[in-house]
Amino acid sequence: MDKTTAAPPPRARRTIAGIETDVIEIGSGRPLLFLHSGEGPTAPTDRYLRALAKIYRIIAPWHPGFGYTDIPADFRDVTDLAYFYLDLAQHYDLKDAVLCGASFGGWIAAEMAVRNTQRFSSLVLVDALGIKVSGRETRDIADIFAMPTAELVRTSYVRPDVAARDTTQMDEQDLAAIVQSREALCYYGWQPYMHNPQLKRWLHRIGIPTLVLWGAQDRIAAPEYGRAYAASIPGARFALIDNAGHYPHIEEPETFARRVADFAMAPA
Amino acid sequence: MRAWYFTESAYPDAWDKDPVSLRITLPSSHIDRDKAADILNRHIDEWAMCDDLGLNIMLNEHHSTATCLTSSCTLPLAILARETKKARLLVLGIPIANRTDPIRVAEEMSYVDLMSRGRVEMGFVKGIPYEIAAANSQPVRMMDRFWEAHDLILKAMSTRDGPFNWEGRYFHYRQVNTWPRPYQEPHPKVWITSGSPATGVDVARRQHRVATVLSALNAKLLYHAYRMQIAKMGLPDPGPDRFGYLALVGVGDTQEEGETFVKKVKGYLETTGIVAEPFTNPPGYASVAANVAALKRGHTQGGVGAHFQVTMRNGKQINQATASVAELVDAGVCFAGTADQVVAQIKSFNDYVGGCGNLLVMLQGGTLHHKDTVKNMRLFSREVLPRIQNLEVATDRDTEEIERVRERAQREKLVAAQ
Repeated sequence: MDKTTAAPPPRARRTIAGIETDVIEIGSGRPLLFLHSGEGPTAPTDRYLRALAKIYRIIAPWHPGFGYTDIPADFRDVTDLAYFYLDLAQHYDLKDAVLCGASFGGWIAAEMAVRNTQRFSSLVLVDALGIKVSGRETRDIADIFAMPTAELVRTSYVRPDVAARDTTQMDEQDLAAIVQSREALCYYGWQPYMHNPQLKRWLHRIGIPTLVLWGAQDRIAAPEYGRAYAASIPGARFALIDNAGHYPHIEEPETFARRVADFAMAPA
Repeated sequence: MRAWYFTESAYPDAWDKDPVSLRITLPSSHIDRDKAADILNRHIDEWAMCDDLGLNIMLNEHHSTATCLTSSCTLPLAILARETKKARLLVLGIPIANRTDPIRVAEEMSYVDLMSRGRVEMGFVKGIPYEIAAANSQPVRMMDRFWEAHDLILKAMSTRDGPFNWEGRYFHYRQVNTWPRPYQEPHPKVWITSGSPATGVDVARRQHRVATVLSALNAKLLYHAYRMQIAKMGLPDPGPDRFGYLALVGVGDTQEEGETFVKKVKGYLETTGIVAEPFTNPPGYASVAANVAALKRGHTQGGVGAHFQVTMRNGKQINQATASVAELVDAGVCFAGTADQVVAQIKSFNDYVGGCGNLLVMLQGGTLHHKDTVKNMRLFSREVLPRIQNLEVATDRDTEEIERVRERAQREKLVAAQ
């Protein structure tokens, strides 16, 4: 695996619609709003962002409450994040943009897309959470809050070493960011667990070309869940990325970027 | 000092069934229903003896666990309201941040307070982290939910001209009008447990009783923070009655017998922290700073709570599950030996913490069987309790500092009033 560690792209603090958030902006061309999985857009690596930035102008925020900001006092659930990102799209005056979200970020992207796709012309959902597919006694999404950390990492990746880190050597600000992200994920996703029971009902409203990309070996949310997601969105395509678990953009960044570009071809 | 008898109502026969977790994931097939029925009935019998022994009663609850069969403290409370006539009845307590319906709490507490003609004391607890998964309760911002539930319950119990409206952040009711009303006016006394001086300050602001467990050092810091906050509010010293403390207690005819009793009660300490890693530290339960410190130590997820660690008076950290009885006595985790020895230990503890008016005595735990439990309860109530009822505490430097703060606050109040 490529372990080269280029300096991370700069994180800039922005205030958008009264909410403080951190954003990475790199690359040029057609805008792509990337809504992160896990702890933030650079965790555990940002290689996929660099790969995308060869083609797109990337706007990659930390969800409010994740990383280095607090959960906004009056935010209650994922729909608040969806409306915030619609405000953010307006703030950046995005046009003909690609909306791409992974895992929890994919859930937010889907919530945005059922509300308003005016500023976006393509949607890419990557191992997205957010809907309920199976019956009440079947968990669609693995209970990450009931797994020991080592097991969670093993379950999330085909190659768990991509997420290896030594927290004893990290500085306190970055450790606090890990802790805050874990809290925020819990805050937004604890109950109902990582989904909005009403979201699937409204996915038919998504009227832009949609690609549902899935790690072929995802054991957090299985590919069948992804197929059900795609089947609920009119005309959506479903594709697997091989040799990848729940985070294919982390494990196969070049393949991931190529799939996104192949799908959302036309530059602005 | 008043004494409150307590047992966790454990199910020790299942303690060897899973070395990783006795909570959350241990299937109930490990319960023999007849044995469990015996345990529940036996403990009610023991609590019911408190009337004759001059002891008060304390009850608690835990969920999905072989360490405690009481899944709702309100149930034995209601039974004991009829089984006893004199003892005060303390629940410590109700995990109100994990209860979906605070009005139900207000109704049940009012009912039992009436039934017992005003003997209920009402404890509200955050609950240990292991309760989160069992309740499926959101751990992030849970103390905000706790205080909203607290405010709603007390308003529901004390309002006599209802109904009233409540549309809060966490709870919504349009017609709150609690029937029956409680016996005590405006509501039973409130206790809140706390492991930290910061929560102690929050409790002091509301002038409730505060209780802590199994660490003399924590108790000392907590009571000091409480008394200091009361002084900052310009109010008179609350006295020891506001403070509670839970310890394991073994009283025997000989030192050896007392220590043997406490070693059996100590089965509680040896098992209470056996919980699968992810349930020990739900996100948002512990502070960001505590989690950062744990990550810095190399813990990835568990290990934030120190359920097994306790600090001795000299600062040495000991493991509750493996430490000697002498070390545990020093740390205030247990009091054990002959009646004379236990009296001396409790007096020393009382001086160390600056005065504590309520001793919650765990005289049963683990495999201590009925006959020894009764002996332990009798020796404690006859030979220890009469000698600790009126303990004095010497004025120390801490007290003088608190008095200076109080005088300043009272002067400022006078100036503000003029």
